[in-house]
Parts: sequence; structure tokens; C-alpha cells
Amino acid sequence: MTEQNQKNVLLSIRDLHIEGYTGEEWLPIIKGVNLTLHRGEVLGLIGESGAGKSTIGAAAMGFARDGTRISSGSIVFDGIDLTTASREDKRALRGARIAYVAQSAAASFNPAHKIIDQHVEAPVQYRIKKRSEARKDAIELYEKLRLPNPEEIGFRYPHQVSGGQLQRAMTAMAMACRPDLIIFDEPTTALDVTTQIEVLAAIRDIVDEFNTAAIYITHDLAVVAQMADTIKVLLNGEEVEEASTEEMLDHPKEDYTKSLWAVRSFKKPQKARPKDSEPLISVRGVDAAYGGGLKVLDDVSFDIHAGMTVAVVGESGSGKSTAARVMTGLLPPRKGEILFKGEVLPPRYRDRSKDQLRQMQMIYQMADTALNPQVRISEIIGRPAQFYSGLKGTRLKQRVDELLDLIEMEPSQYYNRYPPELSGGQKQRIGIARALAAEPSFIICDEVTSALDQLVAEGILKLLDRLQRDLGLAYMFITHDLATVRAIADEVVVMQNGQVVEQGPKEEMFKPPHHPYTDLLLSSVPEMDPNWLTRLLEERGVDNVGEAAEV
Amino acid sequence: MSYFVIGYFALLIGGACVAAYYKQQSALIVLFALTLVSFLLGIIGGAVVLWGIAVAAGALAFCAMTAYSFREFLILLLPKRLAKQVATAPLTASFGMFVILIYMIAGIFAPWIAPFGEAEVVGSAFAPPDDTLLLGGDQLGRDMFSRLIFGARNTVGLALLATTLAFIAGAATGLLAATKGGIFDQLMGRFADIIMSIPALIFALLILSIFGTNLTVIVIVVAVIYSPRVFRLTRAVAGNVVVMDYIEAAKLRGEGDWYLIRREILPNSTAPLVAEFGLEFCFVFLLIAGLSFLGLGIQPPTADWGSMVRENATLISFGVITPLIPAAAIALLTVAVNFVVDWMLFRSSGLKEKL
Repeated sequence: MTEQNQKNVLLSIRDLHIEGYTGEEWLPIIKGVNLTLHRGEVLGLIGESGAGKSTIGAAAMGFARDGTRISSGSIVFDGIDLTTASREDKRALRGARIAYVAQSAAASFNPAHKIIDQHVEAPVQYRIKKRSEARKDAIELYEKLRLPNPEEIGFRYPHQVSGGQLQRAMTAMAMACRPDLIIFDEPTTALDVTTQIEVLAAIRDIVDEFNTAAIYITHDLAVVAQMADTIKVLLNGEEVEEASTEEMLDHPKEDYTKSLWAVRSFKKPQKARPKDSEPLISVRGVDAAYGGGLKVLDDVSFDIHAGMTVAVVGESGSGKSTAARVMTGLLPPRKGEILFKGEVLPPRYRDRSKDQLRQMQMIYQMADTALNPQVRISEIIGRPAQFYSGLKGTRLKQRVDELLDLIEMEPSQYYNRYPPELSGGQKQRIGIARALAAEPSFIICDEVTSALDQLVAEGILKLLDRLQRDLGLAYMFITHDLATVRAIADEVVVMQNGQVVEQGPKEEMFKPPHHPYTDLLLSSVPEMDPNWLTRLLEERGVDNVGEAAEV
Repeated sequence: MSYFVIGYFALLIGGACVAAYYKQQSALIVLFALTLVSFLLGIIGGAVVLWGIAVAAGALAFCAMTAYSFREFLILLLPKRLAKQVATAPLTASFGMFVILIYMIAGIFAPWIAPFGEAEVVGSAFAPPDDTLLLGGDQLGRDMFSRLIFGARNTVGLALLATTLAFIAGAATGLLAATKGGIFDQLMGRFADIIMSIPALIFALLILSIFGTNLTVIVIVVAVIYSPRVFRLTRAVAGNVVVMDYIEAAKLRGEGDWYLIRREILPNSTAPLVAEFGLEFCFVFLLIAGLSFLGLGIQPPTADWGSMVRENATLISFGVITPLIPAAAIALLTVAVNFVVDWMLFRSSGLKEKL
């Protein structure tokens, strides 16, 4: 670190205040943040959503999003104060000396142009390189970032390459002008763990090679531990603490930081399958496809016993959510059947009886779209109770109050509110209460925590665990996050390409020997150890990660 | 040079200075640009043109002040939740609401407001305006002002009825099509295509000449012509809502289509539908006025703005503006409704950003 301090300072943000316009007044978003970044240093910014990470990232380019303004403070980039610089001056910096890599590469590339044409735009625009030189350079960068077929891949359109490759192509694009500073705004959050590794490795190598300074924004501690030299923790627009990565991981000072670190420690003991009892739900040899297309599920079978949690894991596209759709009856299977307490369920939900529908409830990933924004909380929760049990008047109100108590929300305060007035975690709790209102015996949780911050997610997991103990519920937990699986599952089903590759009790599944695919999934989960990525790459070899990995 | 011209320029330049001193950039630009334009127009057209500009500016200011005070009045009068929404209305929208309110009063209380009956002959044909006949007489000597008031009731009432009918039919089928999908959706869609492929005015003329021109037929024909548009919009809006997880949750709960439409889909598509209602209302209104102008709409002696324009059209060649008054009434209402609709569209899109 001392060596870096001697190098000159590239970016210095002093006492930055940013305000956002909400309703009718300007409210502070960033409340006096200081930040110093030296040349070649990688700074990790972490915090929950709403902590102001992305706002600071944008401010580092002198940019304030629509509806926000930089109200005071200074942002000095290499001697230029971006808060007072003219539009033209800032324009000349962006893309050429400061580059930005967004969370969703798929949404950031223009689908109508080839990747390489978008790549060479900036160098040609700023007259740094000629078009042919820039293309040659692009191909070199693709090679450095270990993209397959570097000669050819740039001439494809964005939809013709995979998400991980696109994210790497975007990093290459950010490198096109050899900027002094790159801002990475959650570049791997939307990717699967297996794809995440290759992007992380590629980003780290190229940042090292060109000695580029970077601000790495993420909410995933394990990821930031791999990437950053220094970590800054933010909470509600204020800095909590800043320290070098090793120090931050080993000796966090503030309580808030400690609580972030401790999140992954939640773990419930594994429950064994009850002996010689009939499974509550059993999926038998199910094949399914959308329309007349390819099979999305291929001979899938698993059992879920009463009071147990079964985690279904796999990458996106492995058929986890389709399995849930088949079970709920939204997608009738081509072959196979779903048994509930030994009885065959009708394949279509329309043909199922009210009681069969009541027994199986769902909690969704996006609480925003899972709750009707125009309906009061009391009715969202009250409707299933009214619909199935025929409760009315004061008895219905009592039941809603009970349910709100159950999810640890104050009934009098939330009874008449609407979903958009709640936070993400609260919305997810309402989603849980709606499922509970039906008094089910089985709940499908479809990525319920993946859209939430770690602390909030932990609260939800604990709540689900308590409810399971109190009410004897069975859960099917669809997730790609193995930390969640470790925390809550009793049994694990691993899926790949629509097939179940391995299943069994959690403890067994996390102990070797694994099925090679399970092994790949497990070893791809980032760990808090800052040397994890280096070690993993050494073990596997740099070319044997992610999509290229041999299974 | 008259005192008026001196005062006119003194006021403009003084205003520009004040604006510049208080750093009101847009006000400064408007005032000073107006000064420059006035120089030019004053040289070409003389003091009369400057009078015109002053009167127009005065009228604009008058409208703005009316709109402003009307909005503040509404905020005080309405319950809190509504008042909060009205407070966000721009002046154009509150002006539109004011005009609509005036038309509503005129329409509802027509027999009490109008000094004469709508079919009552009270003066000579094409009588000039005086104290009893405020806007003069028409081609039969009926009071123009009274007919204008009654016209508000007949034309606007009919348009409102037809639009409502078109909406009920279009929205109901649209919502059902979006919820049910499949064959029903296809059938309704193709049926809407067929109606939309026939030119509206020709279709109306055809049906009206077959079934005769009574009010029921007019309302039904207009409703049939406009319901496919409503169907299309409703289906598109509801289509976006139907794919939401909360609809899936309700379906899995075993709810029927009627509950889904009423409680889950409709509350989430009202904003664009209300805006569409306003727009469609204008079109329906113009179509009915057009039909009346062609003699196939509301039949005499019932007062109606479209036919009033036609009946008095000959006067225009004598340089009298009488036939333009009902036309202006049509234009003013259309503009007013559009002002309000614009605000509603803005609000519904703005809300989406917030969520």
C-alpha cells in the first residue's frame, strides 16, 4: 500500500454531496463521501442497494443521473475538477480516459450493430486510432480476455454470443482507448457462478496488465475480495469504513461491516428424511417443453417429504423454474406425472380442485411483479384466506393481523398500505404472508432471495426457517446461489440441461466425491479468501473455467 | 406617436430589464424577443397590430390566471388525496378542466341558462346581435346563444353516450381477450380488423341511410366504429399486465376470469384507458358534428353545433363570424379535453418511472 501511496493520485473526491429529486423536494443521496484513487489501484465499493454505490460510480465520471444533482464537493480527475468542467471537457474524458462497464452487457450493447463496430467507435471518434488499427487492437484485446475465436467473435451481433462473453467484450470495449480509470458497475451480478469466474479472471488480468485504475462496484463481498486492493463500505450514502482488502476481511472495525461479513454464517442443521413415509410431493419422470420446441425437462424425478427443504440448483437455463411450472400446473408435462400425497395431480391447474391448489403455494423472485401495486396489503393477504376458508369481516381482519404478526410486520402500520410504499424485503415478506394465508403444506420458493441485499435476504431465510418449524411446511427452494443452499436446505437436487445430475442429502452433496458438474458448481462459488480466484485458476488452469470447463 | 405605443414598448423593455435583473432567463428571452418582433410588426402594420398583440397577450394572461385560480380553488375544495394530484396539474390542464366544467354546467342547466327555447323563433332571420339576442339570430330567426347552450347538451351528451358505449364494448372484449387468449382472442382481433378496415365516415353514412337517422342508430353506429380502437388498446395494456407474477398467483389460487379482470387487471390499466377515453371522446365528438354537418346526424329543430355551422354557413361570405361560433365551441372543447388528457398521460407514464 505504501508503494501505491507514493504514486500520484488519479481521482480524488472530496466531501461529495449528491441530491435526488423525489416528490417535491431535493433529498440527499450521498452525504459527504471522500475517495482517493491512485493510478493502478482497484477500489471496491460495497453496500446494500440504495447505499449510493452506483451514484458515486457515475459521479466519478462527473455525471449525475436524471433527477439527481451534485450539490457540493469536488471531483478531481487528474487535475481537472469535473464538477466545474464544461460539457465538452467532460465528453473528451468519457470513453477515452474514463470508461464504464455496466451491469447488463446485453442491455448496453446496441443489438443492431456488430460488436467490433461498437468497439472501435470510441478510438475512432477521439482520433486515437484509425479504424483498421482499432480493429486489430480489438482482436488483440479479445485474445487477452480469452474470448473464443478472437479473430471472428467481434464480427458477430450481440445476441449471437453468450452473456459471459458479452460482458468480457464490454470490458474489452472499455479498454479500447486504454483509459486511466474504469468503473465496473456490478459486472457479474447477472451471471451464473460458473460464468462469473471467467469474467472476474479476465477483468483482473487486463486491469493488472495495463495498470488501469478501477472502481469495482458490487454487493458481493466474496467477489470484491478477489478484485480490489482497497475496500470502501457504504451505508445510506455515507462511508462506513475503508481499509485494504486483507485488513477489511480479517479485522473489520465497524459493527455494520461485521454484520455484512457474518451474513453467510446462518446455517440450520440438516434434517433427515422421515423413514418409510410417503413423500408429500413427488415428481415422476417428467418431460416438458414449451410449445413444440426442444425438451426443457428430460426425465426429471425427485421427491419432497413433509417438513423438509429441497433445494433445486443449477445454472440459468437448466430447467429449475420449468420444473416449478410443471408442478404448479402452469405447464402440463409431455410425459410423467406429479403425485401429491400419493395422489396423481391433474396436469393443468384449471383441472385441480380448490384444495389441491391451496396445498401448493408459490413465492416469487421479483416481489415487485408478484404483488399487485394497486391493491392494499390487507386485501393481498386477505384474499386467499377469504377465497379458501370463506372468512369475512372481523374474522378475516383477525386472520390478516395474525399473518402480519407471523411475518414480523406491525399490522396497524401496514394494513392499509400499498406495495409500492414498501421496501424490497417487506414486499417479499408480504409475498410469504400471501402464500401462508392459504394454509398450504408445500411452498415453492423461486429465487426468493436473489433480488435482495444480503442482510435482508438473511432475514427472509430465517423467517422461512422459523415458519417451517412452526407450521411444518415443506419447501422447494429454486436457487443458483449455493450459499443459500448451504444455509437452508435439507436435500439438494442438482440440475443441468433439463436433467437431474445428482441428488441427495445436503451434507453428502457438499462432501466429495461429487458428480463433475456439482463439483464445478461448488468450486465456482466465490469465497471470502482474497486468494481464492488465483488458487482456483492455478488448480483448473486459466482456460478451463466457465463455459469452457470440461465436465 | 401615440401614448399607447410608447407605453407598450416601455412596459416590454421594463419587463425585460426586471427579468434580466432577477436572472429569469426564459422570461427575458420571451419579453425581449416580443419587443423585437413588435418593432418589426409596428413598422409594417402600425399601432393596430400592436393593439392586437396586447389584446392577445392579455387574453392569454386572463386564461392563465383563470386556470391558476381554478386550480387553487380545486385544491382547497377537494379531499386531500385528490387535491394532491390536482396540485401537480400544469396550467393547461386546469384550464382544460375549467372549460369542461363550464360546458358541463351549460349542458346540464341548459333550459335555465338559455334565454329562449332551442326551436323558438324570436327575431328576424340572421338578426344582428343586440341586447336580447346576444349572438344574433340564425337563418330562421332563432336565438343563436340559446341554441349554442342547448347544443352543448345535445352534441356533447350524444358524444359522451356513444363514447361510453364504445368503451364498455371495447374494454370488456379487450380485457376478456387478453385474459382468455387463444381462439377467443384471435376471433375478436380479426373481427376488430374487419370493422377498422371500413372507412369510418362511409360506414356511418351507409348504416344511417339504411336504418334512418334516429338517435339510437347514431349512438350504436358510432360506438361500433370506435369500439375496435378501444379493444386494441385495452388488449395491449392488459396484455402487459396479464404476464405479471401476481396474475399467475391469482390464477394458481383458482380465481375466475371475472375476478382477475375486475380486481387485478383493471386497476392496473385505468390510467391509459382514461386517457384514451378523452382522446376518443374528441374523435367521436368530431364525427357526430361531421355527420350533423352532412345532414345525417342530429335532426332539426334540435340544436346541434355541427348542423349550426352548416345552416349558417352562407353568412360567412358576408364577413359575419356567426357560423364560426359553434365551430369555435367544438374546437375549444376538443382542445380542453386534450389538455387534460395530456396531463393524465404524463402522470401515468411518470408514475411508471417511479415504480
